Parts: sequence; structure tokens; C-alpha cells
Amino acid sequence: MPAETAQKFEALETQAAVLMDVFTQAGYEPVAPSIIQPADIFLDRVGEVIRGRTYMFTDPDGAELCLRPDLTVPCSRIYLSRHPEAGSRARYCYNGPAFRFQLGRGDAARPREFRQAGIENFGAPDREKAEAEVLSLVIEAVRRAGLENFDLKFGDLGLFLSLLDLLELPERWRTRLKHHFWRPDMFHELLMRLCAGDAAVASSNLRSVLVKLNADDKDDAQKIVAEYFEEKEIPLIGARSLKEITERLLDHAADLRADPLPEETAELIERYLAISGPAKAAGARIADLTSAANIDLGGSLQAYTKRLDLFAQAGIELATAQFSAEFGRNLEYYTGLVFQLEIPDFGPAGQVAGGGRYDGLLEDIGAPRDVGAMGSAIHTERLLAAIQGGGA
Amino acid sequence: MTDPNFVLAVPSKGRLMEQTMDVFADAGLPLKKTGHERGYQGTIDGIEHAEVVFLSASEIAHQLKTGRIHIGVTGEDLLRESISDPENCIDIMKRLGFGYADVVVAIPDCWIDVQAMADLEDVAVIFHREHGRRLRVATKYMNLTRRFFAQKGVTGYRIVESLGATEGTPAAGTAELVVDITSTGATLEANYLRILEDGVIVESEACLVSSRRADWFDSASEIREHIAGQLGV
Repeated sequence: MPAETAQKFEALETQAAVLMDVFTQAGYEPVAPSIIQPADIFLDRVGEVIRGRTYMFTDPDGAELCLRPDLTVPCSRIYLSRHPEAGSRARYCYNGPAFRFQLGRGDAARPREFRQAGIENFGAPDREKAEAEVLSLVIEAVRRAGLENFDLKFGDLGLFLSLLDLLELPERWRTRLKHHFWRPDMFHELLMRLCAGDAAVASSNLRSVLVKLNADDKDDAQKIVAEYFEEKEIPLIGARSLKEITERLLDHAADLRADPLPEETAELIERYLAISGPAKAAGARIADLTSAANIDLGGSLQAYTKRLDLFAQAGIELATAQFSAEFGRNLEYYTGLVFQLEIPDFGPAGQVAGGGRYDGLLEDIGAPRDVGAMGSAIHTERLLAAIQGGGA
Repeated sequence: MTDPNFVLAVPSKGRLMEQTMDVFADAGLPLKKTGHERGYQGTIDGIEHAEVVFLSASEIAHQLKTGRIHIGVTGEDLLRESISDPENCIDIMKRLGFGYADVVVAIPDCWIDVQAMADLEDVAVIFHREHGRRLRVATKYMNLTRRFFAQKGVTGYRIVESLGATEGTPAAGTAELVVDITSTGATLEANYLRILEDGVIVESEACLVSSRRADWFDSASEIREHIAGQLGV
């Protein structure tokens, strides 16, 4: 719950000062993004799911605005306004409120108004080094605030994306699998459909058109589709062009002709996703699983090992760190390392800090090029409650 | 101290009002307007301390949620749209067998590559790449749309609120697809739209609904029992 007494507010402020001190000492510049943000950037770029957990409103001018649901997008906007070319490095830290809709007005573990302290690291050339820096800084910050016992849990979406890149798959299947990664049920269903040779959803009516389409002659394919519209008296309305519709029909046509996805490939994907355990052992299991399938994960597996080495050098306790290949599947904008600091047996109230790599986001909100980005946020009310020992 | 009145809310216009009045009259509970014919207040013939208010169907859903009325007649589509936790707010006493309409997801008929909600997500990805923006869904059912799309795993869209002539938005270029209410499908067809195979969100009809949030003093509970008995709940 938000601080409702001056005393609790003071306690949070005192704690925030400790956290911010750790961040600024390490060279992170304090920033204070606006609490009120344009809704468009969230809706257009991050998608409609955000509306379900964001307080949105229209101002007297008719502009659609929102109360920031986190500080990562607002910090990214600050970076972009200062570095429109997106070519520079920048490191920011912040402390301030964020707002999320919760059913039934929320509770202590899931408040609708809470204060986050955190850091964002943009454009670092050495990715693993930046990851180790962010993680160790957040660990140092919560320690300095007084938290002694917590578990580190992490995942690596980059490993999964490279695994898909290395499998022999039609590109259109790879794109769909990657896209559905964040929706585990749909991902599993898609995998099953690909194995059953049932990837194309087409009415029998449409099959007569599909069999005529030839991917090597796209102009001809468009002509065939246009003729079909004419024959059925279907007008072409809306923003999707004949070309776009035809492209997807060509994909359907290719699915109709394609062999089903081999069972072994689906099984390999599922077995990878089931890997979880202590960080070092998990790395070895991933290596075993992939080399048995004659796949060399190369760079991304090296990155995994290098990251663990850097974590160890930074003094991060790895013996109890747990890796899970599935971890991060519910957090859409992350693209690589994802991590969480948890107090065991506390449930959601024990998730005191989290973060990860979100490389695509800057480009999504308008950067002219991809910018490496890595950040973490501390849930300060949960941290304070955990330190005071009363739970949250 | 006397109890306040029991409050029954009835749709204030159109077929929905007429059919509601008929159902109550047939059950031996004729509803009478008091004062002016165009007024918005009335009584239930033969029941004392019961007040009838004539409201828009969406206002009835809202007031059932807040408990300002005891019982109301409104469409299931509006209940599902405005109440996120129905188990805490309302009880549907009876489905009344009129006011049938479905809330559906409808796309341009020319999207022949799209049959089901799963296709929509694939299209959304390509559309974003080609046009640099999200698919726009025109609707007045913002919550229903969001919940249904989330449940179907469709994320790459945004809602544009539409309070009228929603079916015309794809042809007008202000949205790519719609979530709208339809009873016969004729208006959709006239606007060259087609319902997705798994695109029915709610099969709605008029419902007799009691509010859990209302103050159920003794005489209000008695009147509810009486109405329930007469209407064969």
C-alpha cells in the first residue's frame, strides 16, 4: 500500500536515499521522468495489453494520457529525446511512483500505487558486462538497504531465440514460434499443429485458390486473388492491401504443401523449455541437449558462460542461483537475460526486484537503430516490508 | 423508521422497454408510469413501497454494480462489459428470452486469409511491420474486447472507441476491424464485414438481475421473492 502515514513515507524516503546513493556512486545519473505520459506510445508500440493494467484518461484537449505503469518506457523516452541518433551510452537511475490497475483495488502485495527505484543502462558495447553491472548494483543496493537473505532466479530469452534460429524450419514458422513464445499455451498449441501438418487454417472454399498460387510469381498470385474477389463480389476495403493479403495466402499455400514439423524438433524445443536448476548445471544441460541434436548454440551459450563468470567476479552468489528456461515468458519486452530477486515463501510480496535486457524497445518507440538496453527496478514497499520483517 | 423504497430499473426506450413491460404484465405485475407519459418514473401495480425507474440499459448495468437499484433488466453484453467481478456484484435471476444479440469480432470480408482469432495475431505482426502501427479495433465494448483478445492470445492491436456506426469504420478507414453487437448479421454484411469463426464474445439476451451491493432491507427482500415467484424464476 502507498505510504499513508508520514512515518512510513519517511521510512521509504530514507531507504530510497540509500538505494539512490548506491546508483549515483556507480555513475548512474538521477532522472525524474513525468508521471503523466502520452498513452499513444504505450498503446501503439507496446500494445493493448498495457491498457488493461494502466490508468488512462483523456485531458480537456482530448489527448490520451496515462499514469506511468513503470519507469522503463519513460526513461527510454528521456534517452531518446537526449540522443535522437541513439548512438550514445547513457546510464540513468530513478526513484518514484508507478501505477497499475489491480482487481479489487489491490492489496499489500499488489498495490495499485507503488514506488520504484531502479536503473537503466543504454548502449553498452559489452552486453554481458552491462548485465553483470546492473545485477550486482541492484544486489548491492538491496543489501545496503538491509536485506540479507534472498534468492536469485533468472532466465535467458536470447538462448531460446538462437535455438529457434538454428533449427531447420521455414522462416514463417520461426517467426510465429518466436512471436508466441510469450503466450505459453498458444505456443504449445502451435507446435502441436505444426507437427500434425495442420498449420494452414483454410476453408475448403479457399483451398481451390491456394493450390493455384505460386510463391515464385507474386504478381500472378495477386492477379488470381483479385479475380477471386471479383468473382465473389468482395470489395477490397480497409488498410490491408491486396499485396498483404496475397502474401499471407502464399504462406498458407506453402503450409499446405509443407511436410509437418518433425516430432524430434518439437520435442527438442519442449525439452529445452523444461530445463531448470542451479545456474552452472543448467548451462551444462543446455550444452548436452543441443550437442546431442547436432546444434551448436555458439555465441549465445558462450554469452551464458561468460555472464556467469562475470557474475562470480562481481561477487554474486551463484551456488543458489536458479536458472529456468521458461522464466520471463510473461514479460513481453524482454529479449535476453531476465532476473528476479525473491524472498522465498513470500509469494508475490517476496518479489523485491526484477529486471532484464530489452533490446527491441528503443527501436519500437522510434529510435533509428537498435539500442542495447538493460535495466532493473526495485519494488521499494516490498523491500521495506521484507527488511522490517513483517512481510508485506 | 420506515424503510426506503425498493427500486426496480427498466430500460427506458424501444423494444427492450416494451418487451420488459410485457413480461411483467404477463406475470401479473403491470408496471405503470407515474406523471407524464414521457417521464422516467413508475410503480408496480399492487406492490407498495416499490419504485420503478426507467434508465438506459447501460446505466442499469452500472447501477446494479454500485447497488443503487435492487433489481434491473438489461442485456448480458452490458453486464459483462461494465462489471469485472460479477460474482461479487450481481446475480442473474432469469434470462428473459428476448433482446437476443451477439457481441462479435468482425473483419473485412476481403481478409480471406483470416478465419479465426489465431490468424488475427499473425496478421497483426505483419500489419505492424508494413504500416508502422497497430491494427485498430473499433468498439464500444472496451473491456469485453480486451479480455477476449487476451484470452485468445491476440495482443498486437489497439482499441479506438466508437459510440455509433461502428460497422462503417473499416470502410471509412478509421479502424481495421470491429467488435460490435449484431442480431441478424445484416448490418455487418451490408458493410462487407464477416464474423470470425471463433469470434463470438457473448451470446446476449435481456436478463432479470439482482444487485448484491444494494441494501436488502426486509421489505426489499420480500418484494424480490414476490417478483421471482411471479416471473417463475
